[in-house]
Amino acid sequence: MLTKRIIPCLDIKDGRTVKGINFVDLRDAGDPVELAEIYAKSGADELVFLDITATEQKRKTLAEMVRSVAEKVNIPFTVGGGISSIEDVDILLKNGADKVSVNSSAVKRPELINELSAKFGSQCITVAIDAKQVNGEWLVHLVGGKVPTDINLFQWAKEVEERGAGEILFTSMNNDGTKAGFANEALAVLSSELKIPIIASGGAGKIQHFTDVFLKGKADAALAASVFHFKEIEIKDLKEELRRNGVEVRL
Amino acid sequence: MKIVIIDYGAGNIQSIKFAIKRLGFDAVLSSDAQEIKAADRVIFPGVGEAGSAMKMLKSTGLDKVIPELKQPVLGICLGMQLMCRHSEEGDTEGLGIFHADVVKFKTQLKVPQIGWNRIFNLKSELFEGIKEQEFVYLVHSYYVPECAETIASTEYGVEYTTAIQKDNFYGVQFHPEKSSDAGEKILENFLSSPSLLK
Repeated sequence: MLTKRIIPCLDIKDGRTVKGINFVDLRDAGDPVELAEIYAKSGADELVFLDITATEQKRKTLAEMVRSVAEKVNIPFTVGGGISSIEDVDILLKNGADKVSVNSSAVKRPELINELSAKFGSQCITVAIDAKQVNGEWLVHLVGGKVPTDINLFQWAKEVEERGAGEILFTSMNNDGTKAGFANEALAVLSSELKIPIIASGGAGKIQHFTDVFLKGKADAALAASVFHFKEIEIKDLKEELRRNGVEVRL
Repeated sequence: MKIVIIDYGAGNIQSIKFAIKRLGFDAVLSSDAQEIKAADRVIFPGVGEAGSAMKMLKSTGLDKVIPELKQPVLGICLGMQLMCRHSEEGDTEGLGIFHADVVKFKTQLKVPQIGWNRIFNLKSELFEGIKEQEFVYLVHSYYVPECAETIASTEYGVEYTTAIQKDNFYGVQFHPEKSSDAGEKILENFLSSPSLLK
């Protein structure tokens, strides 16, 4: 049986990890390669690198980082952040990324999803969707969740699937940063309406939240950052508890 | 040990090269028939779509070279699928090495299958030191049904072939280069197991 995936997310700027990371055994807390290796050894199923660099050197420094990670790490990883063209994706995949995620650029020009999946295959194209529930309706937001649109989350997710995305990374802006649990109701709707896998993001605070996101939210994978970076949750403990609750995991 | 990864423009081959390097070997990327024929081990990778991958193989003449190889050959993911007779993906004729046809998952489960699943009924020296029910990383929408040449199976709505062998030709549906320590062990077995020597 296919297992549910646990995915730590690392924010990257100028080739370095940015969020405060509380790993006492790290020689260099800003080194994405060292951190990725530790996560791979600790039982992470996949990694996501989200690049927030806004300089002209962005493409080059990110490609170098991807290459260094691919050299050392033996689990799959996804790279996202500002990807808007076939050329952007080509460079990242050629340097060893397994998947890329596109977000705002796909909302602005949805044909990008068709072009990328036709060129590289659906399996390496993840579409990230940030959404917020406003007056009862889930609306897609852009630029890291800051800019609202009038696009309905579920309609957009369906379109994303039809255009050839391999999976969806859904972040609930209502839950992100709250540590109060994932947006399980919206996730369960997404998961039942779509055929492609759904990665849940936003709201992880304790182990119970992961159990809920798989059993109630029907997610295929769960992504989190700070609970892992600050060692509030150890991946091994998390997976053992998930297994006790009947969730299939790789242990 | 000369290891060649067949380079025909399909997918992420850097990861395989890096994984081989982590094992202490060096691999070269090549699309040159003579160089491929002269190698001790050949890796035939592939991600993407079967029809366009097959077109690229034909345009380089590699579709004639690969079935004639005498040394151990390992097809990975789409590489393995292209070594079969036919694929439902794009109604594509394959290389016809394995006596199997590739079909699409017809399951209520999510497609593509993305993530870690178990391999069992392991039947090859490729899996020396690998325990039954080990986890490997898979990403695919099409699969090879179980057949006489199956050397490992996986369950995803249906029990299907995750590894296959005929003579010197091996194929794995999973990505050994992304399957953590177990994947590296399988890759190492392919590169250095004495029983695979040509």
